[in-house]
Amino acid sequence: MVPVVELNDVAHVYITDREASLAVDHLQLTVSAGEFVSLVGPSGCGKTTILSIIAGLLTPSHGEVLVNGHKLSGPTPEVGYMLQQDYLFPWRTILNNALLGLELTGRITPESIAITSGLLEEMGLQGKENIYPQQLSGGMRQRVALVRTLATDPSLLLLDEPFSALDYQTKLQLEDLISRTLRERNKTAVLVTHDLSEAIAMSDRIILLGSNPGRIRRTFDVPRNIREVLPFHARDQEGFQDLFHEIWSAMELRSDQE
Amino acid sequence: MMTRNIARNESSDSRQSELTELYQDHLAHKRKQSRHVLSVQLGLLLFLLTFWELAGRLKWIDVLLFSYPSKIFNHIVQEIISGELWGHLGVTVGETVVGFLLGTLLGTGLAILIWWSPFLSKVLDPYMVVFNSMPKVALGPLFIVVFGAGFTAIVVTTLSVIVIITTLVVYNSFSEVDSNLVKVVRTFGGSRSQIFRKVIFPATFPAIISTLKVNVGLAWVGVIVGEFLVAQMGLGYLIIYGFQVFNFTLVMSSLFIIAVVATVMYQLVLYMERKLLSHK
Repeated sequence: MVPVVELNDVAHVYITDREASLAVDHLQLTVSAGEFVSLVGPSGCGKTTILSIIAGLLTPSHGEVLVNGHKLSGPTPEVGYMLQQDYLFPWRTILNNALLGLELTGRITPESIAITSGLLEEMGLQGKENIYPQQLSGGMRQRVALVRTLATDPSLLLLDEPFSALDYQTKLQLEDLISRTLRERNKTAVLVTHDLSEAIAMSDRIILLGSNPGRIRRTFDVPRNIREVLPFHARDQEGFQDLFHEIWSAMELRSDQE
Repeated sequence: MMTRNIARNESSDSRQSELTELYQDHLAHKRKQSRHVLSVQLGLLLFLLTFWELAGRLKWIDVLLFSYPSKIFNHIVQEIISGELWGHLGVTVGETVVGFLLGTLLGTGLAILIWWSPFLSKVLDPYMVVFNSMPKVALGPLFIVVFGAGFTAIVVTTLSVIVIITTLVVYNSFSEVDSNLVKVVRTFGGSRSQIFRKVIFPATFPAIISTLKVNVGLAWVGVIVGEFLVAQMGLGYLIIYGFQVFNFTLVMSSLFIIAVVATVMYQLVLYMERKLLSHK
């Protein structure tokens, strides 16, 4: 089976007026269909750069990126991107915000509108279609952002710390919701996060990155019993703490050396 | 269980009526306060007018220079009856409206152009800085030579006052749009024109509308100055003419009419702003 994402020896250089700096180097990464992969690491390890490259927002200085076997040359509807905050447009209603992607890719039809309002309903946003984002709580807004990303039916979702701006309770609820939704639809996902326990609770595989320049240090497979339950209960599973400590000490070790 | 529920309902009802009462008190207090402000405002106006009238009639001030209210009022009524006023008023309002709309449109258009092309923005930057710092009125004679003494020269003078400042303000609000909103559109593969239509324009629409308020005032400056320089018609012409023949009643009544019409235009723009931004 063709992997959903394939990075072949990818490197990226940021050029400013003051210097050219190597952000990420020698990236080799394969994500297969239906897999949930998390990228963790110290700040400055190029996590967001990697997501931007897979999203087609940045063209890597070196190497190639394949999405579903096709070489990437810009943003594609096959990839959905969820940002750190909802960034809903305050002048659009909830439904019109959710329809943004379909509108931009010229796929607004009565059917796609019906599917999108179905999605909103599924996320517990029924009856909110015609109100404006400022009338919703942070958790609800991020759920609208999720619908906006899912509405274009991408096969791959990039999640750039989508829970970091939320309070703890909302964050746990949303983790479960996203985990369940992606599993039901058999979506592939790459999550960037600072929160190690979130990474373990949500993913099949965790990739630890090192910094200066960003590169892959180590990969951890999450045991089956943790993978099979929703994130909230995953935290109570046997082996969760052990894996947490293993990744934690690997991270500490790296940062001491660097 | 039942009785406790009922008891709670009763107490919440009485709480509710208490809240309604407090709210009504607040509204009544606010109404009273705004009535108070209005009556002092009117009183002040009446006092000033009476004082002016008395000062004029009792010759405390030079009537030739300062006129007085009843004289000005009579003058305006006469102008209205003879129909003389409407021609002048029509010309000035026409010039102001054309200058105002055209200036806002051109200014916004130019802002869009330099947003579209960062290269053009860099090229035009020093020209805009120089032109913006320059007292535009000084260009008046040049406009008269190029466009002839009339409507066009006056509108161009107005445009010179409005366009660049509109461009600067609108372009600035374009660049202040949250780059993450743009990123959302880019992740869906949105083009530059889609970024403009779906994000930049709707996000800055309130800012563009609020430049209208500033532009109404600026348009009046441009038109009156333009009329000072060239016109044979219009309220600015009446002011200069009145000054030259030492008819200050004419000057004052023209000023009064300008104040009224400019206020009406400003209120219209405010009304439009509220209508257009009503969902906020």
